[in-house]
Parts: sequence; C-alpha cells; structure tokens
Amino acid sequence: MAARVVPERLREILPRSVVSALLVALFLCRASLLAAQESPYIVTYDHYLEEPGSLEVEYFSTFGTQRGGNDFDAFWTEFEYGATAWWTAEVYVSGQTTFNDSTIFTGTRLENRFRLLQREHFVNPVLYIEFENTNAADKILKEVEGHDVESDYAVSNAVLRKEHDHELEMKLLLSSTFKGWNVAVNPIVTKNLLPSEPWEFAYAVGASRPLALRASPNRCNFCPENFIAGVEMYGGLGDTQSPGLHDTSHYLAPVVAWNLPSDWTVRLSSGFGLNDNSHRLLLRWGLSREFSGFGKVLSRLFGGRL
Amino acid sequence: MKEFVVPSRAAGRIHRAALAIAVFGIGVCGSGRALAQAAAPKSQVSIYAVLDEAPAKAREKTNPLSGDAEAVAAGAKLFEQHCAECHGRGAGGTMHGANLLREEVQQATPGTLFWLLTNGVVRRGMPVWSKLPEPERWQIVAFLQSLRPQPQKAGTGDPGGN
Repeated sequence: MAARVVPERLREILPRSVVSALLVALFLCRASLLAAQESPYIVTYDHYLEEPGSLEVEYFSTFGTQRGGNDFDAFWTEFEYGATAWWTAEVYVSGQTTFNDSTIFTGTRLENRFRLLQREHFVNPVLYIEFENTNAADKILKEVEGHDVESDYAVSNAVLRKEHDHELEMKLLLSSTFKGWNVAVNPIVTKNLLPSEPWEFAYAVGASRPLALRASPNRCNFCPENFIAGVEMYGGLGDTQSPGLHDTSHYLAPVVAWNLPSDWTVRLSSGFGLNDNSHRLLLRWGLSREFSGFGKVLSRLFGGRL
Repeated sequence: MKEFVVPSRAAGRIHRAALAIAVFGIGVCGSGRALAQAAAPKSQVSIYAVLDEAPAKAREKTNPLSGDAEAVAAGAKLFEQHCAECHGRGAGGTMHGANLLREEVQQATPGTLFWLLTNGVVRRGMPVWSKLPEPERWQIVAFLQSLRPQPQKAGTGDPGGN
C-alpha cells in the first residue's frame, strides 16, 4: 500500500514542482544581471540593502568540526529581495548533513531589514527583524547566541530534529564606511517564543576593505577592486537568566569576497573558535548571483506598466 | 508534553501571520512601485530638485579625478554595472530613474553629484552608493560630466530622455 501511495504522491507533487521551477527559471531569465558589490561578511551585516527590484539568490555552506560527535556540513539558500531602497525582505531555507548520521531539512527563516535614516551618516543604523522556524538540528551557525556551545551540536540528528524552535531575532545593524573601510557592529537579541525561555544576547562585528579603491577601466576578473577582504568576529553574550561570557562560544573569521564582472560573488571564510566551548573550525563558502529587474518582471505579471 | 503543544501552535500561527505579512508587504510594495512608475512622467520634473538639497560644503568639492581619461572610462564601466539598469545605458533615463543628460544634472557641480551618489534618494527609490569607494564614485561623476549636455525642452517631463 505504502509503495503505491508514494508514487501517487510523487505524481501529484512533481507537476507542481516542475511548474514552480519553470516559473522561477522564467523570472530569473527575464531579469537582467547586475554586477554585484557584495560585502565579504557571512555573519555580520553592514547597512547596505538590496537594490530596489533586485533579487539576490545565495547559497552558503558551513563545514564545522565537532569534538565528541561527528563533523557536519550545514547549508542554506537565501532569496533576498529589495522591496524599496529602505526595505529588504529575505527568505532562508536551511539543512545539514552530519557525517555518519544523516542529512535533514532544518527549517526556514523570514527576515526583514529596514533602513532607519534616509541619508548617509557616519554611523548608519538598520533594523533587522527575523522570524525563525527551525529545529534544534540547525547548524548553520549564522547566529551564535546566548549560551550556544559546541557540545549542543554533538547530539544525533534523530534527537535534535524533534525539538522545534520558533524564535524572534532582532539586530541593530550599525555600520560605517570611511576611506574604503567598512566597520559594522551588530548587537543581537533573540527570544524563543516559548514563554519560559529567556532573551538571549549576541554580537557580530566586522571590518573590511576592497583591495583597490579605484576601478580599472577594463572589465576584468582578477582586478584588485573585485576583491574585498576583512575579518569578522561573533559570539554569544549569555541571556537574561545568566548574562555574561561564561559558557559562551566565540569565533574569529578572516573573510574574502570576490565580486566577478559576470555577476557572481564568491565568499570564503575560515572561522576559528576562540575558546573551548567553540567549534575549532568553521569553514564557510558562499556563492551568490544578483538579478536586477526582478521587480519589473513581478510587477508586469500583476499588470504593472513596465 | 501539553506545555509544548500549546506554545507551538501559537508559534505556528505567528509563523503564518509573519509569512502573510511578508508576502502582503512585498505585494503592496510591488504595487506601490508599479503605481509610482506609472506616475513617473509627472513626478520626474521635481526629482531634479533633490540636487538643490546638497549642502554648500558638499557642492564645493572638486573631482580629484577631473581631466583623467582613464577615470571617465572606469566611470563608464561602473555606470554600466551599477546605474544603467535604472538610468538607461545612455544615461537618458527610464521609468525607474532620472534622465542624467538633463541640464539640471549636467550643470550640477561635481560635488553635488558626488553627494547625491553617496546619499541616494532613498524615499524615491535610489539607494545609497557609499558602498562604492570614494574614488569609484568620483569616477562615475567624471563619466557623467563627460556626457554631452542635452538641451532641455520647456515644460516637458521627458523621463526617458527621448
């Protein structure tokens, strides 16, 4: 019976998936491409939002070492849309493979970033609000919060996936760009929506600079201005029940972004755990592509005059 | 067990609500953009008034790359990469972005253009471009000022510059 049910369900799901995939492909093909100028940060946010009407599709992967358990590779895909010049909306889908264990889907995140001031100032604030619907097996370590420590991740996927987390995460993204340098500081507050859970605190800070500040007149892949290098640091700061640095983990990660003229951006990061509660190594990489004009295509679909 | 189920349901509702708000928000925003774009020919006339908002100190800045042919070429490349989508490949404007060949833009000081590029016009959809290093912004200004001025016809919005 079960054997018959599965193909029937597949037959139901497949046409919908194919149609959805075709629609997405159509959107992406009709949207034009835009050379990206993306920051190298993977955890920290600067104050720059997605250009209005642009869609950025990003794939990230984090390989983490695990003492007392199996190493893992966590991955996520982001769809980031510039709704206006002051508002960017984003959806994440994440999963992970724990070696010698299993590969599982770990949840979704909905994120919004709002630029608070119209013009550029020395420090520019952006409000970040995210809703997470994940399970405890989530290992993307996009945020290291509260008393998150390495041993939390040593449990098997079968056990971790049973615990569901619904969290609200808020960040104040403070960022400044001066003489080519960007410095970003993100204080983070997270609340699991279970009433018994405390508010958790965290931070992420980063600094980066393009290897050259002046563009060369020619289109080139390896021009120094296409590379942005920097460093970021992130970790937990305890929670309302037990604030402070005890039982927290922290990471320092050199980062680099390569913005290709062919509209792709490659990011690399090698994060080193700074104390015994941290994973020793978090190797991350990301690949993204920006599609400008996505909003036009969307608008045209709904009868916009474009 | 019971304790877990109730908050989980509540969270599920919040999740659905958040999703609905996000989808609705994007939809509203998309519609808003479409309406704004439809109304663009009338509002384009006043968009150039933004240039008057540049502070005196910013206006007085001179382009350190002025007269540098390589800067113009690099500016053209940067314009193509970052600006042409909205302002058109020839900078003549589209439904999304102003005509940069207009007298108001061409007669603006380099400092004014640099200020506008740095600060954007966020309320009207132009993002800030301070993520480009200062020399790159000056390269774009050099390119913009290398474009031949287009005589303005009295009383026309001319959003497309055609």
